[in-house]
Amino acid sequence: MASIGIVSAQSMQFAAPLSLQSGATISDYTLVYETYGELNADKSNAVLVCHALNASHHVAGAYADQPNKFGWWENMVGPGKALDTDRFFVIGVNNLGSCFGSTGPMHINHDTGQPYGADFPVVTVEDWVHSQALLADVLGITQFAAVMGGSLGGMQALAWSMLYPDRLRHCVVIASTDKLSAQNIAFNDVARQAILTDPDFHGGNYYAYGVVPKRGLRVARMIGHITYLSNDVMAEKFGRDLRTGKYQFDFGVDFEIESYLRYQGEKFSEYFDANTYLLITKALDYFDPAASFGGDLTQALANTKAKFLLASFTTDWRFSPECSRTVVQALINNKRDVTYAEIDAQHGHDAFLLEDPRYHKLVSAYYDRVWDEIQNGRGK
Amino acid sequence: MSSHDSTNLRADLAFISRWVSEKAHVLDVGCGDGVMLDYLESSKHCTGYGIEIADDKVLASTQRGINVIQLDMEKGLDLFPDAAFDTVLCLSSLQMMKNVEGLLRDIARVGREAIVSFPNFAYWPHRLSLLCGRMPVSKALPHDWYNTPNVRCATISDFSDLANKVGLQVLECVALQEGKPVSFLPNLRGTLAVFRLRK
Repeated sequence: MASIGIVSAQSMQFAAPLSLQSGATISDYTLVYETYGELNADKSNAVLVCHALNASHHVAGAYADQPNKFGWWENMVGPGKALDTDRFFVIGVNNLGSCFGSTGPMHINHDTGQPYGADFPVVTVEDWVHSQALLADVLGITQFAAVMGGSLGGMQALAWSMLYPDRLRHCVVIASTDKLSAQNIAFNDVARQAILTDPDFHGGNYYAYGVVPKRGLRVARMIGHITYLSNDVMAEKFGRDLRTGKYQFDFGVDFEIESYLRYQGEKFSEYFDANTYLLITKALDYFDPAASFGGDLTQALANTKAKFLLASFTTDWRFSPECSRTVVQALINNKRDVTYAEIDAQHGHDAFLLEDPRYHKLVSAYYDRVWDEIQNGRGK
Repeated sequence: MSSHDSTNLRADLAFISRWVSEKAHVLDVGCGDGVMLDYLESSKHCTGYGIEIADDKVLASTQRGINVIQLDMEKGLDLFPDAAFDTVLCLSSLQMMKNVEGLLRDIARVGREAIVSFPNFAYWPHRLSLLCGRMPVSKALPHDWYNTPNVRCATISDFSDLANKVGLQVLECVALQEGKPVSFLPNLRGTLAVFRLRK
């Protein structure tokens, strides 16, 4: 199917301070975003796509100077695709604290004249949602047709439904959860420890030293990558295959899986920022909207007004189907409109980014319904 | 998994829908392509959810715009709270379940009323097949014994006993033939048994 083609990023400056959940504030910040498709006259066809850990505002299409490098959800978003840019005005926003353009730890803190580094405030899913709402204000979008995301992006979509119940008609939550398990937090902390204990980390101020804590980032990515894949896929893709066909009897690379993970880690350490990794994993760990309702997710979701689509993948053990079912159950308790699909896919958590006809047809069918509502004037 | 979507069921569901009240909150267990819920939503302003396991039916239900939850109903209805629904439908699905009694108890738990239908094994051509020494194969039971999804074969009389056992009161029981109720010798002449039950 066709791509949206060449796209370019835009940025929006915000002078007014944004109060963060931690109690800190951030002012004079920038949000970088991309849009695809056309906003209709009554501004009822906007869809916000929220990104996950290592992604960005670059959801679909390609930049003129890198025409073969497509956005992270290229298979989902574009003309004639499940989220059809011929129908919807799609917005991707880079979150605060990221390393892809919006204000983050590598940018200059105007108060000190130095890069934020470790002083960049810890941001939460809710903080991101508030900042996205401010961008929507500027773009003149009072109500989204849908807010959508996978994994950490799904958390943002879910947070939208609770924080701004009147500002979205549909909430699309893929391979996500209302809160991380202890095991999930544990993986995140191992990743953080790898970064924090890298001698090149320098307490987060490595920019001043002209170094990058690459060893820590590599290990962090390797751990992450293991948890995004299913055991079956790893077994099928790598098994116990050896690089050279025999054991080396040293501590270099023997197995193909080692080679693959090191390659992934290396690639990641070249483009991702260590402080951003710390911030984003914290945002994941902290998300728990039921916490302020005594752990009662049904109550937490009681003020939502959107209709929901949730989907999970059978082999995803990082954000398992049980996690999605918990959210579905709380929505059913509130008699919310909810559709839930459990996609039998072998690729683990990564499945939400991959092309799978059952998955994409389902999302497409759901967006047909969103579109029908707009067409029939029920989109307001 | 269920067979709501077979074409001759339209008359059945028109008949069955008379037992569902206006604006009822409905759970359709084994909702197939969602045709029944869609009908109840548009004609009776009902709300609710369908449950399906098969990918293609989940997609078809989503295309119809009903709330479908992909679940294996064999594992029960734990997602749903007690007495959450005015009416629970289980149409032409129960006979595919291994744990019929467990599911029926769960249906009784989540609903105030239930409507259950299944192919009547005692339909006279079925009896005739058995008399001739063959498992019945008919329009109502179109599969061979070795590939049928209908793992539980029951007659109208059999089901009444189970309904009573799980604490459900039979309000009405109708045998349908081509979507029309059979009043004379229903257990012999009806292909589809339909029960209206209350706790």
